[in-house]
Amino acid sequence: MDYHFNFSYIWRHFDRLFYGLVLSLELALVSIAIGMIIGLLLALVYVESGKSIRFFVASYVELIRNSPLLLLVYLIFYGIPSIGWFQYSATTSFIVTLSIYSGAYLVEVFRSGLAAVPEGLIDAGKAIGMKPWQRLISIRIPTMFRIVLPALSNTYISLFKDTSIASVIAVPELMYGAQWINFNTFRIIEVYAVITPMYLVTGYVILLSLRQVEKKFAINK
Amino acid sequence: MSHPLIQIKNLYKSFGDTEVLKDVSIDINRGEVVSIIGPSGSGKTTLLRCINVLTKYDKGSIKIDNVEIGYASDDEKNRKERSEYQLSEFRSELGMVFQLFYLFPHLTALENVMLGLRKVRKLSKVKAADQAKYWLQRVGLTEKINSLPSEMSGGQQQRVGIARAVAMDPKVLLLDEITSALDPELVGEVLEVVQKLVEDGMTMIIVTHEMSFASDVSNRIVFMDEGKIEIDGTPSEIFDSKNERLNTFLARIKK
Amino acid sequence: MEAALSSLPYLMDGLLVTLQVTLLVVVFATIIGVILGVGISYGPLWLRILVRIFSDFIRGIPVLVLIFFVYYGLPAIGINMETFTAAVVALSIFKISHVIENTRGAIQSVHHGQMEAGKAIGLKFHERLIYIIFPIALRRFLPPWINSVADTAKGSALVSLIGVVDLMLAMQKVIGRTYEAMPVYIVGLIIYFIINYCLSLSSRKLEAKYAFIKE
Repeated sequence: MDYHFNFSYIWRHFDRLFYGLVLSLELALVSIAIGMIIGLLLALVYVESGKSIRFFVASYVELIRNSPLLLLVYLIFYGIPSIGWFQYSATTSFIVTLSIYSGAYLVEVFRSGLAAVPEGLIDAGKAIGMKPWQRLISIRIPTMFRIVLPALSNTYISLFKDTSIASVIAVPELMYGAQWINFNTFRIIEVYAVITPMYLVTGYVILLSLRQVEKKFAINK
Repeated sequence: MSHPLIQIKNLYKSFGDTEVLKDVSIDINRGEVVSIIGPSGSGKTTLLRCINVLTKYDKGSIKIDNVEIGYASDDEKNRKERSEYQLSEFRSELGMVFQLFYLFPHLTALENVMLGLRKVRKLSKVKAADQAKYWLQRVGLTEKINSLPSEMSGGQQQRVGIARAVAMDPKVLLLDEITSALDPELVGEVLEVVQKLVEDGMTMIIVTHEMSFASDVSNRIVFMDEGKIEIDGTPSEIFDSKNERLNTFLARIKK
Repeated sequence: MEAALSSLPYLMDGLLVTLQVTLLVVVFATIIGVILGVGISYGPLWLRILVRIFSDFIRGIPVLVLIFFVYYGLPAIGINMETFTAAVVALSIFKISHVIENTRGAIQSVHHGQMEAGKAIGLKFHERLIYIIFPIALRRFLPPWINSVADTAKGSALVSLIGVVDLMLAMQKVIGRTYEAMPVYIVGLIIYFIINYCLSLSSRKLEAKYAFIKE
């Protein structure tokens, strides 16, 4: 093994990694926020609708969930502008893609979460004369959130790791920063030796903090 | 045969800091039906599970047919625990029926009963099937022999559990609160089966809450409280007893 | 559109590579993963800790990092592989960590009560393993396993980034020649969709069929 370790190159460009990490976290955050809105709306639509609408929602979900994320990224970043619809920056297009992606997964999470709300709670709302939409807003949705909290934290951590794919369309997140340092300094091993713990530790910290939140709010069956 | 089938002497068992069995001694003879009653936490289930060493006992001795079951020597000071392999030999001579049935979910009733016959008794497939069918018929489940546990009621599942244990021709049957997890209307069918086994002369140790059943079928009733045997006598002796703890317990159950 | 359709054979070659990669990874990773999964359930403490660390480590990093490290990073310390090999190795390592979890979960799901019932009729340990644990665990193992096969097929798209000419890269090349991005992407989408949809459908059917195992 003739490799000579030299971390100084990494530290010199560490800002690319650090801000890349921050961007990754932001990308994941924005995407899951939009994804939750999509997921919740579609879950509600699904639950309250008839066969034909359910079919459309299910189609969206199945289509996205059965496709590789990379393909979706390309499709939205290269494909859509090529038929003249939009032009947008790489970052925007990635957020759009990841939101649609997470939305598809969250529809299922929210749907089963809503189904898991105990009948008794809804009955209690009916008994005091609440109208359907009031029961939805005040009882069913808040309870559902507490039930799906663990699934939401898992999804967020997953998305955080998926942001590494944004590097292929030159979004300056963590993976892209690593690639840049790679190609410009050839310090391959050192780069991976640094970003691997960055991913691991960040993921672990997120997991622990969300677990604290879960302890306070989540309902465990 | 001059010795009792089961001889338990000075048995102690603790789980962590809690002592669950405190100096328990009792003999059970062939052909006897002994019911063990008592409040929860009194150690009755633990005692039962020590007999086939599903729970290991700490101090004392349990002998089945004059052979110590949990340990490989009689000398209490330096004895070695029996390995799982050795224990399996012993256990095949004892039968246990569980409160939650624990039928093998992927096997039909027939296959559940046949498993022990094939693998432990080494019977041929045909012989095992015949014996299994016989016992399932004796517990009244002929039409369910090819059903899975998920397709049976609790009472039916428990009867399969009994057939599974009895088909092995055990020296003694250990019944651990076998009706406690059943809906009331299903209890009767299970107790009927147990009654039949008593009439056949099967030696049994029954941990139960069913007081009237216990006094109907048992030769002896043993009352346990806080890890000790308080009273051991015939059903009439038990119900005429002046023992305070026993009467408090009985009064609470009647309510 | 016509140009896209006429390039279909080329895409099919790419699809073949995708399927080859996926198949190799699935076979390799399942065998090793199940062995390690059994190890983590029944093995000595040091083995359990080691496998646990490995599993958590791999699942904590993005797949892309793993793929790039195996192909670009390892040569720097003297381990050279061609693209296809690197792809299979990286994806296998990733999938192994999932198979380990899957196996462990399947084994744990066998209720200890059924193990005790097995003990009570006198079955020895290896007999309990074969006649009770294995049949039940297998039924619990299969549905998530099929899902992870689908995940592998989706993850294989990333190997295009190290130059494996799979369906993904084939699509890129066709687009590079014909400039018809959207039709090609849609065709590719449909192909991936068909593969994965069939897999996830069978997974759900199996899960429903074996629902009775969950007691």
